Amino acid sequence: MENRKLIKIATAGSVDDGKSTLIGRLLYDTGSLTTDKLEAIEKTSRQRGFDYLDFSLATDGLVAEREQGITIDVAHIYFNTDKTNFIVADTPGHVEYTRNMVTGASTSQVAIILIDARKGVIEQTYRHFFISNLLRLSHVVVAINKMDLVGYDEDVFLKIKADFDALVEKSNFQTEQITFIPISALKGENIAKKSAEMPWYVGNTLLDHLEVLEPEDLQEQAYARFPVQYVIRPKTDAFHDFRGFSGKLYGGNLQVGDQVTILPSFTESKIKSIQLFDQELEVAVPGASVTITLEDEVDISRGDMIVKSSELPSSEKSITATICQVNHKPLKIGQKYTLQHGVNRVLAKVESIQSKIQTDFSGEESTEALKLNDIGKVSFKLSKAIHFDPYQVNRSNGSFILIDEGTHDTVSVGFIEARD
Amino acid sequence: MSNIYFNPKESESIHILREVAAQFERPVLLFSGGKDSITLVRLAQKAFYPARIPFPLLHIDTGHNFPETIQFRDELVKELGLELIVRNVQDSIDQGKVREEKGRYASRNTLQTTTLLDAIEEFKFDACIGGARRDEEKARAKERVFSVRDDFGQWDEKNQRPELFDMLNGRIDQGQNVRVFPISNWTELDVWEYIKTENINIPSIYFAHKREVFFRDGLIWTANEHVYREPHEEVKEKMVRFRTVGDMTCTAAVLSEADTLDTVVEEIRQSTLSERGARIDDKRSEAAMEKRKKVGYF
Repeated sequence: MENRKLIKIATAGSVDDGKSTLIGRLLYDTGSLTTDKLEAIEKTSRQRGFDYLDFSLATDGLVAEREQGITIDVAHIYFNTDKTNFIVADTPGHVEYTRNMVTGASTSQVAIILIDARKGVIEQTYRHFFISNLLRLSHVVVAINKMDLVGYDEDVFLKIKADFDALVEKSNFQTEQITFIPISALKGENIAKKSAEMPWYVGNTLLDHLEVLEPEDLQEQAYARFPVQYVIRPKTDAFHDFRGFSGKLYGGNLQVGDQVTILPSFTESKIKSIQLFDQELEVAVPGASVTITLEDEVDISRGDMIVKSSELPSSEKSITATICQVNHKPLKIGQKYTLQHGVNRVLAKVESIQSKIQTDFSGEESTEALKLNDIGKVSFKLSKAIHFDPYQVNRSNGSFILIDEGTHDTVSVGFIEARD
Repeated sequence: MSNIYFNPKESESIHILREVAAQFERPVLLFSGGKDSITLVRLAQKAFYPARIPFPLLHIDTGHNFPETIQFRDELVKELGLELIVRNVQDSIDQGKVREEKGRYASRNTLQTTTLLDAIEEFKFDACIGGARRDEEKARAKERVFSVRDDFGQWDEKNQRPELFDMLNGRIDQGQNVRVFPISNWTELDVWEYIKTENINIPSIYFAHKREVFFRDGLIWTANEHVYREPHEEVKEKMVRFRTVGDMTCTAAVLSEADTLDTVVEEIRQSTLSERGARIDDKRSEAAMEKRKKVGYF
């Protein structure tokens, strides 16, 4: 893995705007599509009577998907260039779009929103951008596809860009977080090589653009949060008194010697060591899975959180959050769920549903229940306090899932709002 | 003292392994002796160090494994002080639960599923950790990190739990189990580069060596009493290595001179053939993997 940076991307687009073709093209142009897979695609494309390579065959993995020619579920696609590892969450365009895009985007830093140059900004585009905004993705690439079908006309590109800019004004996005690229996924224009057909476009190709993004720039500047996942007690002769607290760090750095507070007990101690396997580290960086030991004997178990004493999160037994419903069972007032916040679980009761939010930026309306794919603002009462930051400050410490007590299914995802 | 060390994919895998240990009562790591499960063992060592890995290994032995792999397995277990459970496909055959395939493409690969499901029931495993990766095969690209199976071991590909951020929901009913894939997001090259960086031991069959083989359908088959061969199929000695290690009856070799980790990594980097291109079992039909997965295969 030789220090290659990792960029995670979610794709969004409606049916037939060429999403699978784009991904197939990215795989093809980076040499990630092996000969045998390419041969299989050629063979099946021929069988179906296509006169082009149907790259969607590279990503639609299930029998039912190939039967129907649609994408049912999120697939993860990988490709590497010399400098960068990419993970693409390929989310279906139409079936249960909101939940699927939220799922795919939750693990991504960048969204590619595809627009069919012939159709321009449509209702789906609103929804995709709304979700990118809700999830606070760091960067959006608007790929205006099928430029070959509009004669590579700059005016078409500029018109769509202007329409999209109007959308950006309604959101929290800064214009520098958004990049517009005119492409033809089918013909490979502006994907890995600059298009001779569009000399008026002076920016980077899609691949060049994705390569210049830096993971650090895509990361939030947040306080360090270390939720304790697992307590390590070897009880062997060599490590008889060892008590380590394992977890993954979110937000900022933690260093040996840092003064820390353990939540919920609010006990204080100092970081004695940070370890990964047999290595002793000086600093743990965001995203690192490490084991921490403390100077003092402190009672700590799974679900507790270690933070710097100077940077405490909110500890509350009631929260308000934006919810996206990802299950067929609706969320209703009075209902109880298990709320999983990071690795911590508490019981939660729906106190009130304040509104259902329209994903086309047209406003909010009141509702009794949130159905599958609905997004709304909900207040909860919790059995125990959780230690959170607002989602806009720390994505990992500001999000949670709701688990149905009966079926054990994950039914909702929540983004915690700042206290008023 | 090193200052900073950070590998995002390794970090994610360690996080997943710790969730397994915390959320389940009887997890097990499915170990085949192949590079992916060997990588899992290293990741588990890292996740729980300086404590021991808090779950046993389970090997479903087809009886048709490469002897080098079995030898490697036993040495690894001994060196790390791990608990190893072995269950044999031969026993399932003797009990009449499965029937040995016959003829040109006979393989015990599919038969493993029955032995595996029986072992899960016998030991009441609630989480089975496996080394499958999403880049291997298109049905696997759809797989969750925590993938719930019903008490028949079945995978319902149309009704999977969404996985949001890195929160993993391992809540299940009695009788269900979860298949866990900590290296879902790794590619074959990631695994090889990791083995090289970490200097992890792997079975010798991954390196180029002389072996008795024969050619059929454009693939290189191991010549051995377990592999069906027609009289006219001529055995030759060739310099080969394996990219994937499964049952001898379903794993084809590749011609190679790569006999060190450096040359192996370089070969993978240059290769235009996918890893599973040498898996004979996947060539049975376009949906071969998905069909096996649905009934409980890994």
